[in-house]
Amino acid sequence: MANKLNLEVVTPTKLVVSDQVDLCTVPGTEGAFGVMANHAPILSTLTIGEMHYEKDGNQVRMAVSGGFVEVSDNRMTVLAEAAEIADDIDVDRALRAKERAEKRLQEAASGREDIDIARAKAAMARALARLKVAGKLT
Amino acid sequence: MASLKDIKLKITGIKKTEQITKAMNMVAAAKFRGAQERMEEFRPYAGKFSGVMGQLASTANPNAFPLMEEREIKKSMVLVVTSDRGLCGAFNANIIAAAEQFIDERKSEGKEVAVGCIGRKGHQYFSKTDVEVPIEITDCMARVEMVDARKAGQECIRLFLDGHIDEVHLLYGRFVNVVTQKPTFKKIVPISAIDLAEGDSGEEESGPKATYIYEPAPEEILGILMPMFVNVQIMAAMLETACSEQAARMTAMDNATRACSDMINELTLAYNKARQASITAELMDIVGGAEALKG
Repeated sequence: MANKLNLEVVTPTKLVVSDQVDLCTVPGTEGAFGVMANHAPILSTLTIGEMHYEKDGNQVRMAVSGGFVEVSDNRMTVLAEAAEIADDIDVDRALRAKERAEKRLQEAASGREDIDIARAKAAMARALARLKVAGKLT
Repeated sequence: MASLKDIKLKITGIKKTEQITKAMNMVAAAKFRGAQERMEEFRPYAGKFSGVMGQLASTANPNAFPLMEEREIKKSMVLVVTSDRGLCGAFNANIIAAAEQFIDERKSEGKEVAVGCIGRKGHQYFSKTDVEVPIEITDCMARVEMVDARKAGQECIRLFLDGHIDEVHLLYGRFVNVVTQKPTFKKIVPISAIDLAEGDSGEEESGPKATYIYEPAPEEILGILMPMFVNVQIMAAMLETACSEQAARMTAMDNATRACSDMINELTLAYNKARQASITAELMDIVGGAEALKG
């Protein structure tokens, strides 16, 4: 057990994952990075994207958005505003969100000024991350 | 004395009220459990969050952040978290009274006050007074969502950074236990370094602190996390108020049910007395009639 990493993924609504894992990769703001047991303490903010962890050769993929990650003493805590395991992702909802964001971005490009581009882009990124993790991105 | 029929009608009426209050009590009990669960689920997140904030604050120089700037207070805002619905005893009235007291105190010091409202009851009250209400978020307490907390938090931060408001206090119904809910103030903007440090000492880890690798630099992380910290605090307050609300409703409805059964008891007693009296009167009539015939 000494070579395992204690991973916890926490969101405001629930504890999504609490497990002993071999490897965990997260999308840091300055680039994705992997963490294994005995990693040096690190604190990094997260961007919207895909994270995955490996346990006994099995890989679990998750979509996360916003938040940060802290590693110390073989404990890794991911605090995200939202985090979903691949199987739990609502693909229809993500698809709808993607279409909506696409439409908004197009409208903004064609000159409408009342659209919050940053928000639409963030929504787009979230939808894409979910779809990618769910394996539904064509 | 009221007639027999009147009393009977009254008893049936009160029985019906009793049924309703009993049902509301049970509904509140069920909702209370849900609210309490959500409150507890949020705790690890909030705890971890303030832990990390404390740690960062001890590394980075907190004075460099506009959100921590302590200015001379010309105008303060109180963010009042109440419930959306009534029928929960004096719960909302207590919170509003505390807010009024806060406003009066500030006004007597010659400061201006604005009120932000989360929850419909507070908004109903304050929209009728002459205080400024820059934030109103209603219909959010049945199911507390991060989106609403974020909306309120962003607005607070914007007002603060624009220089429109110099401090924000949060007022919510703190959940002490099922029978006690206490209106409680908490200053959330500007974020004070002491608050952050407290979050750190609350963490369970002890011993020598490891030096962290920060990505990006600690100052930058803190800059990103600070607005989120405000949201997290508002969220926690909302969850706690939602929980308190249901607890208050449970107690209120329990009291109402008990008052109903007391009234039913009294009325039944009165009813029986009246019935007895009428029987006695009738009996007297018959006896009197029989005596008269005999004579």
